[in-house]
Amino acid sequence: MTAREVPVPRYFRLALPPVSGLLRPRLIAVCLGLTVATFLVVCVSLSVGDFSIGLLDVVKAVAGTGDPGNVLIIRELRMPRVATGLLVGVAFALSGALFQTMTRNPMASPDVIGLTEGSGTAVVAAIMLGWDGGLGLQTLGLLGGLASALLVYALAWRGGTTGYRIILIGIGVSWMCTSATDYLIARGGEFQAQAALGWLVGNLNGRGWDQTVPLAIALAVLVPIALGLGRLMRTLQLGDDVAGGLGTPVQWVRLGLMLAGVGLIAFGTAAAGPIAFVSLMAPQIAQRLAGTAWPPPVTSAVTGGLVVVGSDLVARTLLPGTELPVGIITGVLGAPVLLWLLIRANRAGSGG
Amino acid sequence: MGTSGRAGVRRPALLLAGLTAGLALLCLLSLALGALNVPFGQVVGALAGRRESSVVDNVIWSVRVPRTALGLIAGVALGLSGALMQALTRNPLADPGLLGVTAGGGFGVVIAVGVLGLGTLYGYVWFAFAGALAASVVVYLLGRSGRSGLTPVKLALAGVAVSALLSSLTSAIVLTNTDALNRYRFWSAGSLADQNGATVLAVLPFIAVGTVLAIACAPALNSLALGEDVAAALGRRLGLVRVQGVTAVTLLTGAAVAVIGPIVFLGLVVPHVARALAQWAGLGPDHRWLLPLSALIAPGLLLAADILGRMLDRPIEIQAGVLIAFLGGPFFIAMVRRRRLAEV
Amino acid sequence: MENPAPDLRASDLTLAYDDAPVVSELDLVVPPGRITAIVGANACGKSTLLRALARLLTPRHGAVHLDGRALRSLPTRELAQRLGILPQGPVAPDGLTVLDLVNRGRSPHQTWWRQWSKADQSAVYAALAATDITDLADRPVDELSGGQRQRAWIAMAMAQGTEVLLLDEPTTYLDMAHQIDVLDLVTDLNRREGRTIVMVLHDLNQACRYADHMVAMKSGRIVAEGDPAGVITAATVEDVFDLRCQVTTDPVSGTPLVIPISRHHTAETVPRD
Repeated sequence: MTAREVPVPRYFRLALPPVSGLLRPRLIAVCLGLTVATFLVVCVSLSVGDFSIGLLDVVKAVAGTGDPGNVLIIRELRMPRVATGLLVGVAFALSGALFQTMTRNPMASPDVIGLTEGSGTAVVAAIMLGWDGGLGLQTLGLLGGLASALLVYALAWRGGTTGYRIILIGIGVSWMCTSATDYLIARGGEFQAQAALGWLVGNLNGRGWDQTVPLAIALAVLVPIALGLGRLMRTLQLGDDVAGGLGTPVQWVRLGLMLAGVGLIAFGTAAAGPIAFVSLMAPQIAQRLAGTAWPPPVTSAVTGGLVVVGSDLVARTLLPGTELPVGIITGVLGAPVLLWLLIRANRAGSGG
Repeated sequence: MGTSGRAGVRRPALLLAGLTAGLALLCLLSLALGALNVPFGQVVGALAGRRESSVVDNVIWSVRVPRTALGLIAGVALGLSGALMQALTRNPLADPGLLGVTAGGGFGVVIAVGVLGLGTLYGYVWFAFAGALAASVVVYLLGRSGRSGLTPVKLALAGVAVSALLSSLTSAIVLTNTDALNRYRFWSAGSLADQNGATVLAVLPFIAVGTVLAIACAPALNSLALGEDVAAALGRRLGLVRVQGVTAVTLLTGAAVAVIGPIVFLGLVVPHVARALAQWAGLGPDHRWLLPLSALIAPGLLLAADILGRMLDRPIEIQAGVLIAFLGGPFFIAMVRRRRLAEV
Repeated sequence: MENPAPDLRASDLTLAYDDAPVVSELDLVVPPGRITAIVGANACGKSTLLRALARLLTPRHGAVHLDGRALRSLPTRELAQRLGILPQGPVAPDGLTVLDLVNRGRSPHQTWWRQWSKADQSAVYAALAATDITDLADRPVDELSGGQRQRAWIAMAMAQGTEVLLLDEPTTYLDMAHQIDVLDLVTDLNRREGRTIVMVLHDLNQACRYADHMVAMKSGRIVAEGDPAGVITAATVEDVFDLRCQVTTDPVSGTPLVIPISRHHTAETVPRD
């Protein structure tokens, strides 16, 4: 065998501590670019609104100085709203990346397989029946989401689970939850129906620190878990048998991924309702921009944050005098993005 | 007819007879039961033209007969289109809503009521139908675009995209217009109620045409089930079959959904029941049987759900669509658990 | 490699997926440092046996031992460093490059903070060179031809650096030149690096040529085992494969050559029964 030039991938290797890894320049560049873009959108979001506040005044208000009216608007209204939007975007996108990688199917986003519908039924029931047991909509939404996820997993368990079975049963459970929701909305009063539908479409209106803080805590726990599982997740992509042969504890990793994915989507939905499309499109956008063969977790999360905060900015400013729910904008924007992905794809893909 | 020789003619005949009898019984029950329970004797009499009390006549002819007829034809439409959809996409999970018909229908409803201000109870039906048709045409064209032609994945993705777009726009309208909100939320639950004979007669031709197209597809669908290469080798013109099939699904589902709302879970579950029954009767997965069986089973389920909905929460009704999803869901899950479905 | 003569054996192994056993009460000792081929008709249990040897399937009864320790008791990571399996028809996600695929083979040796150590690098490059796909390293796996793709998967298994390598039908769907290519490559792994190889093969003549040790299975049991010349006789072939044949000697390799007796195209001089 003649000596050939070996391909030199870009890598970094530290001597001490023994840290090393492969570098993917395009992925890093895209991630940084998206982070910068997100930062800019956040700044604009804080500045723009019914009262335009200049960027310098924004900075002052964040620090607590300057005009007290500005401080109130920035600190009590806009900051929590933008923060919630950012965190919800991160949660949805990361959850989507996990599920899509785990099931090797870009169509298997958590809002397709029934995880958000459980939250919806719980919250809509509370709104329509006018009673929330003293728990508040956010907690109810969380409990509903977790309960339906648990139900799906339990029903899919037969000595282990497969991605396919989880999807199928998820669809069944989501149909049932959706029909219960439809029934409640049809049966109740007009005013409650409007409130319920407003929540169901995905909404950041009126989100304050009460929503942001629990979400932030949940993310602080779940995001490291999700990222830590990332390495093992990549062997799962090669199939259960190959992954098992490579020493990946397949059932445990899948369970961990599901828990993290479910937790992320449940907390996100509890805070802002099921914002359409983010968990499906953000990982796909991140993957195609970065040129990787799988949805890159960190970049997907940043993309999700950008999408939600950006859409909320548009939703607030599109129609003067009205604040549209953010879910409408993500739905309207997400569809062309998805169609663009569809038309551009050269290969049939691993879905379906 | 293929493998029926093995089980003889007895089981298939028994199956057909049983289903038909069951359906007839359900029709009778649908005419008899409700907020006012009419004894069977009077039902039969009213149907035969004998004049019972004016209340009974009114209930039977103005309310129950149109409602039952609607259940029958909408059920046939949804059952057939579900079986067709699963055969065309070779995907046992496909439901007719995959083509975007339900989102299109809903959008049509809110446009009619919210934007165009149509006040009449029945005017929105035509817009719903038009919306459903337009949406599925768009989805089909998008699914076909690009280099690889029509693939099930692209069709599903296109369906998701178009549905999401339309439902976002629908939400936008519904949140700003209370008439649209009210009409939409009742439509969305899926119900046989509040329709009159005129509406039923109006959608009947579309469902009839769709049914004919669907049944005509059946032999080609058997070949398609063996894979596209084999089907082409057997002389089937794939493009034609697909167009025919999609047209049939669109007509059938669009018409049904426009009137009774998005009860597409029926189209998902019924073909599986039909397949299980066909297997019991020794018929195998033959679409020349599966389509008619689906057409018999679906209206039965729909009427049963409607009757149950009328009886459970008197005098308020639970919508048939809700009951079907609620009862069909556990059945579907049980089916998924029992079968050792291979990884796709 | 930790142990150049690993002792892999199955004792009283019964394997089943649902109720019906696929493999019954099977005993097998895999000769260390040799190439073993498992042959048999379809659905005789050979792939199932291989999966059990790789701990991808839990036995209903009996156990598999590696160097005296039950597979069940070995930590997953340690097992993956000593025993690797390449299943049949593996699928890589779209767009995954060859380099990334081969690097995944190193995952039993990697941690989340150490993903490209010097050992990883040299193992990956050595695997790419040995399978002669170095210049394909940047290409997506799904864009390669069948033969190239299979070599990429074998490179991944090689990079794993295990002393035992199990291969389930590594030559299916390849044309003849690529089949020989892959089998020669596997032989290199054994002769040059001393790895113990167990392969399920469907081509009996290839199995005869390349195997040091042959295992013939039928209906979940071992019917014959040993040196190919001893195992492959006309009687055994008829028993295991339900195929009448003549067994002669391959003029190129000197190993047994099975020549089927068919209904047509059989010379007059050949005895028909």
